[in-house]
Amino acid sequence: MSATTESRRTVRGRAQLFTTYAAEMAIFNTGVKRFWIAIGVLAVLVLPFFLARDMVALVTTVFIFAIGGIGLNLLTGYAGQVSLGHAFFLGIGAYTAAVLGGEASRGVIGLGLDMAIWLPLAGLVPALIAFVIAPLAARVRGLYLAILTLGLVFIGEHIFKEAKPITGGAGVGRDPAEPVLFGFDLFSNHEFFGVRMDRFQVYYFAVFVIFVVMALAARNIARSRFGRSFAAVRDRDIAAEVMGVSLLRTKSLAFSISAFYAGIAGALLSIIIGRISPETWNFFLSIDFLAVIFIGGLATITGSIFGALFVVMLPKIVNSLTAYLPIGSGVGEGGIFNVFELQSIIFGVLIVLFLILEPRGLYGLWLRLRNYFKTWPFSY
Amino acid sequence: MEDLITSLARGLGLGGVYALLGISFVIIYRATGVINFATPALMILGAFFTGAFGTQAGLPFYVAVVLAMIVMALIGLVLERVALRPMVGRPAFSAATVTVGLFIILLIVAGRLIGSELLTVNDPWGLNTLSVLGGTVFVVDLARLVIALVAIGIVGLFLVRSRTGLAMRATALDQETALAQGINVGRMFGLSWGISAAMAALAGALLTAGGSGVETTIALVALKALPVIILGGLDSFKGSVIAGLIIGLAESLTRTYQPLYAPWLGANFDIIVPYIIMIIVLMVRPYGLYGTKEVVRV
Repeated sequence: MSATTESRRTVRGRAQLFTTYAAEMAIFNTGVKRFWIAIGVLAVLVLPFFLARDMVALVTTVFIFAIGGIGLNLLTGYAGQVSLGHAFFLGIGAYTAAVLGGEASRGVIGLGLDMAIWLPLAGLVPALIAFVIAPLAARVRGLYLAILTLGLVFIGEHIFKEAKPITGGAGVGRDPAEPVLFGFDLFSNHEFFGVRMDRFQVYYFAVFVIFVVMALAARNIARSRFGRSFAAVRDRDIAAEVMGVSLLRTKSLAFSISAFYAGIAGALLSIIIGRISPETWNFFLSIDFLAVIFIGGLATITGSIFGALFVVMLPKIVNSLTAYLPIGSGVGEGGIFNVFELQSIIFGVLIVLFLILEPRGLYGLWLRLRNYFKTWPFSY
Repeated sequence: MEDLITSLARGLGLGGVYALLGISFVIIYRATGVINFATPALMILGAFFTGAFGTQAGLPFYVAVVLAMIVMALIGLVLERVALRPMVGRPAFSAATVTVGLFIILLIVAGRLIGSELLTVNDPWGLNTLSVLGGTVFVVDLARLVIALVAIGIVGLFLVRSRTGLAMRATALDQETALAQGINVGRMFGLSWGISAAMAALAGALLTAGGSGVETTIALVALKALPVIILGGLDSFKGSVIAGLIIGLAESLTRTYQPLYAPWLGANFDIIVPYIIMIIVLMVRPYGLYGTKEVVRV
């Protein structure tokens, strides 16, 4: 321990010089990173007191999408397994949470348990289902897998529509789980040390804490031996197998972890939505998450967070641009496209453009910018 | 018995459309190694153009279909050149994700073009019926099957007999070797997209024939062609025709008999039958009925 501290002290001011392997592999391996993380956390803590109510909910959604995006990135970015089935696991998580933590009403099951019970299970149940499906998924590679997981979404949607005691059925839906942790309601107004907070602000902080824990856990998974075996399978699965990495075990693990993240994200998301219907967990939600990781950058946790920020904020940004563009503000109104159509189109265009021009996503843009200033005024 | 015949005919008609869509996927997959998730949107656009030429411009149905196919082929060429050509040499799933992006864009454009008014393709069959073996059969189902098979036959002949078709097959087999033989590989990619988009357009026209209007929701039908190509094998023409018919029949028979015999499976169970068949097939044969087993080296 003292040796590490010693060596870190000696290289102060020389960010790229690591004298121990542990120092290089540390989560925040440079002082600059530590500095900016601190600034970021501080900003996040202060932010909800300056934002409007709907914006607080939107930023909360960013955290939730980041959790789901990180999960998909572990599977697709790190382990190289393309999944269009992420929405299915979000749905499973949301309904697990709703059944365990929701209120029973009009033919819908709800046990009303504590969040300390339903939150872990909202992750574990999807993870278990993924673990059961994984041997099948491990048999197929690449685009075959994408289609297989696409089938999962459609079959899942059908089951959600038919399992009326659990989901309320098509077009009806049900109330989500209630985030009551040890008797403390995380989705109601509270007063802390004389500061009044409305329920969205309270929930914002709760989700932020979960998000930080899960993001750190993902970073740790990525730099552990599991993360390295993911990368080995992604880069050359046969070679990985020859080196003794079990394909089945690695893929099952990647699937399960990814489903765990998706389940947690689904459970948290359902509380923000307020009422969940089986149609929520469709193909297009899966595409949203693909967009999060492709726009954010494959195989980076930070990228997933920025991708989530981008994808969730995009409608808001487009909305605020309507005043300057020839577009109608409602469905079927004049202009070339209305707002919703424009959102979707910009979404599609961005996916295409990022893949063509900057496959590393927003993270890649950041790397370019950083390298430009690192060597400034020289170009290399 | 009557139900059975109606159901079989509908299944074959649907199967014909699936086979067309399957071919549409397979052509692009063979040439470029990419699954084109934009196919559903191409299909809807094809149906729209058929409707626009047939109803709004008042052209005869067959002329409208051919014109729509030509327009869509051109759109396919442009899409390949603009969005897919830069992805050559990148991982297949990146390119496939590009087509997911295209899907979103084209779906919105198609929805906007179609608008809120009912648009029909003005086909000559409508809801006419025939009596076959004592059962009622919709003419449109037979027309779907026959036209689909003829179109697939023409494409097959083109690939087998023509010089360009040979070049396309060579490209599918080995791009570098094809390049070495003086084949313009890029042009073959474009051509694949053109043919594929035209086939999708034909599928769209056939699917919306028979009285229903052109809607963006038929995208879900086109997605069911994905189980078809999995069942048939991603790179097999024969597989996609046979699998298309199998899936079409299975879906149609389920629609007729599942509410009677297995109502506990829920409403609209037939929609997910293709996916269930696909999963079962993947468990038994990961490369489908006729797909080439991938040979991997370290």
